[in-house]
Amino acid sequence: MANALGLERAEYRGAPSTLCPGCGHDSISNQIISAAYDLSLPMHRVAKFSGIGCSSKTPAYFLGRSHGFNAVHGRMPSVVTGAVTANRDLIALAVSGDGDTGSIGLGQFKHIIRRNVPMVYIIENNGVYGLTKGQFSATADEGQQLKYYGKNELPPIDLCMEAIIGGATFVARSFSGDAKQVQTLLKAAISHKGTAVLDIISPCVTFNNAETSTKSYSYGKANEIPLHEIEFIAGGYVPEREEITIGDYAEGETIAVEMHDGSVIRLKKLGKDHDPRNRLAALSLLEEAQMDQIFLTGLIYYEEPRMTLAETLNLTDTPLTQLPEHKLRPSRETLDELMQRFM
Amino acid sequence: MCAVTIHSETLTEPKSSGYEPGVNDFAMMVATKNGSGSQTSNEVLIRSLFRMGIPVSGKNLFPSNIKGLPTWYTIRASKDGYIARRATTEVAITFNQDTAAEDVQNLPPGGICILPQEWKWTHSRDDIIYYEVPVKPIIAESNIPKDFQDRIGNMVYVGAVAYLFDIPLDIIEQALLDTFNGKQKPAAMNFGVVQRAYDWSRENLEKKHSLRFEKMDGTKGKLLMTGNEAAALGSLFGGLTVAAWYPITPSTSLIDAVMEHKGIRKDPDTGQDTVAIIQAEDELAAMGMIVGAGWAGARAMTATSGPGISLMAEFAGLAYFAEIPCVIWDVTRIGPSTGLPTRTGQCDLLFLHFLSHGDTRQVVIIPANVAECFEFGWRAFDIAERLQTPVFVMSDLDLGMNLWLSDPYTYPDTPMDRGKTLDKEKLEQFFAERGEWYRYRDYDGDGIPYRTVPGTDHPRAAYFTRGTGHDDRAVYSERSEDWVKNMDRLRRKLENARSFLPQPIIDYDPNKKIGIISYGSNDPAIAEARDRLAAAGIETNYLRIRALPLAHEVHDFVMNHDRVYVVENNFDGQMHQILRMELPQDTTHMISLALGDTLPMTARWIHTQILRQEQE
Repeated sequence: MANALGLERAEYRGAPSTLCPGCGHDSISNQIISAAYDLSLPMHRVAKFSGIGCSSKTPAYFLGRSHGFNAVHGRMPSVVTGAVTANRDLIALAVSGDGDTGSIGLGQFKHIIRRNVPMVYIIENNGVYGLTKGQFSATADEGQQLKYYGKNELPPIDLCMEAIIGGATFVARSFSGDAKQVQTLLKAAISHKGTAVLDIISPCVTFNNAETSTKSYSYGKANEIPLHEIEFIAGGYVPEREEITIGDYAEGETIAVEMHDGSVIRLKKLGKDHDPRNRLAALSLLEEAQMDQIFLTGLIYYEEPRMTLAETLNLTDTPLTQLPEHKLRPSRETLDELMQRFM
Repeated sequence: MCAVTIHSETLTEPKSSGYEPGVNDFAMMVATKNGSGSQTSNEVLIRSLFRMGIPVSGKNLFPSNIKGLPTWYTIRASKDGYIARRATTEVAITFNQDTAAEDVQNLPPGGICILPQEWKWTHSRDDIIYYEVPVKPIIAESNIPKDFQDRIGNMVYVGAVAYLFDIPLDIIEQALLDTFNGKQKPAAMNFGVVQRAYDWSRENLEKKHSLRFEKMDGTKGKLLMTGNEAAALGSLFGGLTVAAWYPITPSTSLIDAVMEHKGIRKDPDTGQDTVAIIQAEDELAAMGMIVGAGWAGARAMTATSGPGISLMAEFAGLAYFAEIPCVIWDVTRIGPSTGLPTRTGQCDLLFLHFLSHGDTRQVVIIPANVAECFEFGWRAFDIAERLQTPVFVMSDLDLGMNLWLSDPYTYPDTPMDRGKTLDKEKLEQFFAERGEWYRYRDYDGDGIPYRTVPGTDHPRAAYFTRGTGHDDRAVYSERSEDWVKNMDRLRRKLENARSFLPQPIIDYDPNKKIGIISYGSNDPAIAEARDRLAAAGIETNYLRIRALPLAHEVHDFVMNHDRVYVVENNFDGQMHQILRMELPQDTTHMISLALGDTLPMTARWIHTQILRQEQE
C-alpha cells in the first residue's frame, strides 16, 4: 500500500543488514522504516548519521534514498550540528550506541543537547562493545559478568538521566523487542522540534544476552515497565512547528499530546504515576529504577522545546546551502568601503 | 657542499643594530607590563606613522598572561618600505622596571632611552641618551577618572615620542580616533594625556639626538591591518556560511573578526544572518561541525592553532578520505604541546601536510602577507569545493596578530567555484548523458568525482558517506583492488592539484646562480636580505612557495641554481625535508636555513647566514 507520497514501505528500506542474526538493532531499523513510511517522510530531506560501532552501521540498512554519514567514533553529534546548521530543512536521524555515546562521545552528546539541535538521537544500548568482541561499556550493569572481562565493578551511566540533566526536551526509553512502542516513540521523536533522545535497550545476541544482564532479551521482556501506554496518531509529516503544550491531567486519565506535525501521542498513566513534564520526578524515577535494576519505558521527560540552534543563531529561513551567490558575496562597493576604514 | 640545518643564532645578535638610522628610518622598542594599556599606545604610534605616510610595522612580543608579565613592542619605520622585524632598535621606551636594566643594555651605542622620571634610575651607560618624563605627575594633573588611571600611563610616552621625534599632534589625535573606532570620549581622554606629556617634554627636554619623523608619501593607498582580520573578511567575501571554532591563541582574533564584520552578510530582505558562528566544546567538535556542514553543501571553516590541529587530526583524515570540502586556518604558534602560545613559528608544516593516520596528503596553502590572507580567505573555499578535500591555510602568529602594511585587496575576480556538485537538474542531465552516477567514479580522468548534497530532491541523489573502505559506488568494500583503485584516484587528484593550487611567486634571472626558497611571513625579511646581499655583491633569485603539494616549477627552480637556500622559521627545516622528499634528483646543493627561535624572522639573520655560507 502506498503512503501519502505514493511510496511503498519497501522503498524505505536500505541495504541488507550484516549484523548478527537476531540482533536487536535490526528490529529498530525495521521500526525506523515503518515510522518513516507511515509518516510519509520525504527521504531526500532525511539525513542519516552515526558514529562507530555495531549500531552505527545500521543507517546503511534503512532509508536507502536518504544521504547517510557514518562519521568517527563518538563524534557524530558535531557532524549533525554542522549539517543541520548548513541546511535547516534536513530531518536528522542519528543512530549511536552505548560506547559511542556513553564513553567516547559523552561530551558531544551533552553539547548537542545543550544547543538543542533538532534531531532524533537513537542510542542502541546493549551495555557491551560488540565489534571489538565484548568489553564492558559505560552503561553496563554494576556486578555484571562477561566471559573474558570478568565482573564489572563500576556503576552504569544512565544516558536518559544525562540527557535530562543536559537540558534535553524529549527523553524516552524503550526496548527493541517492543516494536509497537519503539515505533510510536520514533514517530513522536521525529515530530519533535529539538534534540529528541531515545535510549533503546537492544540486547547483544552474541556478547551480552545472559539472563542476568538487564540488557538481555529475557530480562527485558520480564522487567520492562511501561510508563504510559502511548498511542501515536500520525498526521502525515508536516514541517511547520508550533509549541506543544500539555495541560494538567489527573491520575488514571489519558492525555493527548499534539506534536508539531499535528500528530498526537496519548499518554496514559498507569500504576506508576509519572508526569513527564516534571524534571525532578523524571530523575527520581530513573534513580529508583536503576536501584531496582528495572527499566522504565516510554516518554520519561518532555518539555516545550526551547529555541533550536538555527533560531538561536538567527539564521535565514532559507537553508544556508540554498542561498544564491549574491547573498553570499558582498558587493565590490562594500569591500571598498571596508578598506577605507583601514587606510 | 652538503645540506645542513643551521639553527638560530639570533638570540645573541651583536649589539650594533647593523643599520645606519636616519630620518624615517629607525626602530623603537616599547617595554611595558602586560595589561597596562600599552597595546593602545603602541597602536596609536603605529597608526600615526602610517598617517604620516611612513612605511611602518609593529611586532608585539607579548606573554601568555593577562596582566603583569613583561611585553615588548617593536615599531619600525622604514622609508624604503622594509617591514620585517628588527632585532635591535635605536630607541627603547623602558616603562617596565622589571626589564629596564636589560632593555637599556640592549641599545646600540648612541641609542635613546625614554623612561619615567619618578624611578630616579641610575644611568648605567654613558654612550646613550636618556630622556626622563614624569609619568605619575602628568597623569595626576590630567583629571583622569580613577578607574582609568592605571591604564592610561602609557599615553605619556606617546606624548614624549611625539615631541622628541616630530609627530604632529593632530595626527596623534586622528590615530586615537582610528584606534577607538571613532569613539570621541575615550579618544579625547587619552589625547588629553598625550597633549600634557607633549607640552611638558617641549618645555623640559633638550633634544640631544637627530632622529626624527617627517611626512612622506609611502603609505598612500595602503592598508594597515592584521592577517587574521583580512582572513575573516576574505572568508566573508568567499561565501562562508558555517564557522565553528574553539578559542585558542593566536587564531581567536580571526573568528572575532568574522563576528565583528558578519553584518556585511546580513540578508537585506529579512535581516537574518547568512553566516552561522558556533563556538564548539573543543576542536574535535569544531572540526566535526565543519565536516558535517561541508558535506551538506556549506562553505565551512574553522580557525585554530597547533594544539587544535592535533585534536582535528582524526576528522581531517575522514574528510580527506570521504572527500568533503572544508577550510581550516592554522594560525601557527611554536612548539610541541603548549609550547609558547604567544610566539611565532612555521613548525606545523609537515604535520598539516600529512595530517591524520593512513596515507593522507593534505592540501596546504600559505599566505605571506595581509592581502594574501584576504585572497586565500575566499579562494580556499573554491579550492576545497573544486578538489573536494580539506584545505589547510597556514598563517602564523606574526602575520595573524600583528599590524602589517598591505596593498589593497583585490575583489574576487571569478564567480564562486562550487566544484562538481550536482543539483537536481544537473543530476538529471548527468543520468541522461551517462546513464549512471556513482559518487567516487572518476568520470573526467582528473581524479575528482561528482558529488551531491543531502536535500537534493532526486530519488537517486543519495549515497552513503563513510570513512571505511569503499568502491567507486560508495559501497563498503574490503576488496584490495577497490582499495588500491580508490587510493590511486586520490593520488591522481592531488597530483593534478599541483598546477591548480596557488602557484609560487618567482623572481628569476637565469644569470643568477644562487636561489632562495621560502614561504609565508618570512617574505619581507627575505626581500630586505636580498637587497643587502646584492649590495654585498651576492645576487639571488627567489621563489616563494604558496601551496603543498608543490608546484612543478619548484623543481625547475631548484635545478637551475648552483646553490639554493631554503629559509624557514622552524627548528627542523620542514620545507627542506619536503623538497628533498619530492625532488628525486641529487639535491645536496639545497641548504637548509632553519630558524625556529620563536620570533619573526629578521633580514639580518638571513643575510648573515647566506653571507657566511657563500664566503666558505
